Amino acid sequence: MRPEELLSMTALELGKKIQAGEVTAVEAAQAALDHMDKVDGTIGAFVYTDREKTLDQAVKVQKDIERGTLTGPFAGVPYGVKDNICTRGMRTTCCSKILDGFVPPYSAEAEERMRKAGAVLLGKTNMDEFAMGSTTETSCYGPAKNPWNPDHVPGGSSGGSCGAVAAGEAFFALGSDTGGSIRQPASFCGVTGLKPTYGTVSRYGLIAYGSSLDQIGPIARDVSDCAALLGLLAGRDPKDATSIDREDKEFTSCLTGDVKGMRIGIPSDYLGEGLDSEIRDRIFQAADALRDRGAVVEEFSLGMVEYAVPSYYIIASAEASSNLSRFDGVKYGYRTKEYEGIHEMYKKTRSEGFGTEVKRRIMLGTFALSSGYYDAYYLKALKVKAMIKEAFDRAFQSWDVILGPVAPTTAPRIGESLKDPLKMYLGDIYTVSVNLAGLPALSVPWGRDHKGLPIGVQFIGNCFQEKAVLQAGFALEKAAGDPAKPAGIQKEEA
Amino acid sequence: MAQKITDEIIEYVGILAQLEIQGQEKEQIRKDMEQILDYVDRLNQLDTEGIEPMSHVFPVTNVFREDKVENKDQRDHMLANAPASKDGAFQVPRTIE
Repeated sequence: MRPEELLSMTALELGKKIQAGEVTAVEAAQAALDHMDKVDGTIGAFVYTDREKTLDQAVKVQKDIERGTLTGPFAGVPYGVKDNICTRGMRTTCCSKILDGFVPPYSAEAEERMRKAGAVLLGKTNMDEFAMGSTTETSCYGPAKNPWNPDHVPGGSSGGSCGAVAAGEAFFALGSDTGGSIRQPASFCGVTGLKPTYGTVSRYGLIAYGSSLDQIGPIARDVSDCAALLGLLAGRDPKDATSIDREDKEFTSCLTGDVKGMRIGIPSDYLGEGLDSEIRDRIFQAADALRDRGAVVEEFSLGMVEYAVPSYYIIASAEASSNLSRFDGVKYGYRTKEYEGIHEMYKKTRSEGFGTEVKRRIMLGTFALSSGYYDAYYLKALKVKAMIKEAFDRAFQSWDVILGPVAPTTAPRIGESLKDPLKMYLGDIYTVSVNLAGLPALSVPWGRDHKGLPIGVQFIGNCFQEKAVLQAGFALEKAAGDPAKPAGIQKEEA
Repeated sequence: MAQKITDEIIEYVGILAQLEIQGQEKEQIRKDMEQILDYVDRLNQLDTEGIEPMSHVFPVTNVFREDKVENKDQRDHMLANAPASKDGAFQVPRTIE
């Protein structure tokens, strides 16, 4: 099989060919690594790889496949893991200087599950430092680029994971989503990304940012891959007390292409000022496509939309300020060179080890939690969170699924976003409320803008209603025709 | 009314957060914090009287389990990540005279 042909497949397609003996796990890993050598100098999706380790794992997996002990759909399929998800024996740094050189002695539960399923780890993917950002520009390893146009950002914070899948370097990737960090880069890179209901995937081994908001989820080339990956990742883990036992872990049978009778609501308050008109038009075209397939699609007023970003940034920063206090130069990572006494060591280590965006959020969060300001900011934000959840509860009495944009624009140019943090935060307006309310949401590619940059649309479901979201997403994907080939491979052929 | 971030606040929050913010970075962070808090002020448009603060979206309860050691002794693996270690322990500057 030609490498381009191999690399254009979805993860499930490749897994099938590997089971059928048409491709080996070793050939697949080799093709992915060779392609990575060619394109990743430009894309910067991976921050750490180990060719030898990857090929060793592929050899072992291939043996188990031939022996008949590994029969799952992802056995032998090469994938990437975001650098905030612990991988035993492989560097994990959150793309921050403060975790320089950290090699976890254990794997995250999500990563462990992929390993057991026989997927082959290619390496760690680039991200905004500690997942705080929307562009993958704050990584201590340098920015990742958008595979469709390297002058533009891939989005963030899972920009490396999405870029790797979009560029054909990985067949799927694991990302994390605290306020849109899977869905927004998936949208910018023209791939499919799923943020599951809070508690669905164990957070054990995910380096915490905002613990009440963080979820690990799959990023892939199409909805079927995401649905099958969710089936593997979902489930109770005693090591994460907030993880939930999902009885039904079969998420693929709902992928029929049919949405007959499904009630899909578009929040009219998502379509107002600030939304790029090309994206608005695509939302209406998506509505038409879903109507053609039998859905009832109407606009409605969701409410509370303008309060999502301010309450999110208070809550996320507050939790971050607490979670990131563990980085002090004692147990792992970076320690400042010269200091007198332990307090100066802590202070200098942290001030030198964290980047500006991380420090800004720690300062904001610490302020919001400090005595005298706690009630006015943190407690207020938690009350508003309750009101946002209520608004969604009301909406889901009338609608099975909510359809809307993922982001107000397509991928901005590199260097444009970091100048004005508030403006960058406002770009998260359609994604953060989903995390506050703990809901599942899916980003599906839906055409491109006049610059050729991908546009994604978002399906939001009620808690535990991943199936409805995947069903609607799959129907739209069918309406779009075949999912786009990876950008990196398209260019090679041209 | 917008919250003003004074030098005293930056210093106090810096002590709590174990961060030393100085010079240009301090001015930048001050400006950004003021701008963000100014935006956050719109939450005050909402009447939240009588609303329970929601820290978790699902009704969660404490999860109890036996306090049993399940993982193997990984001391050496743990210490391998330490910036400094000595005699099987993390090494830090003297804290008690």
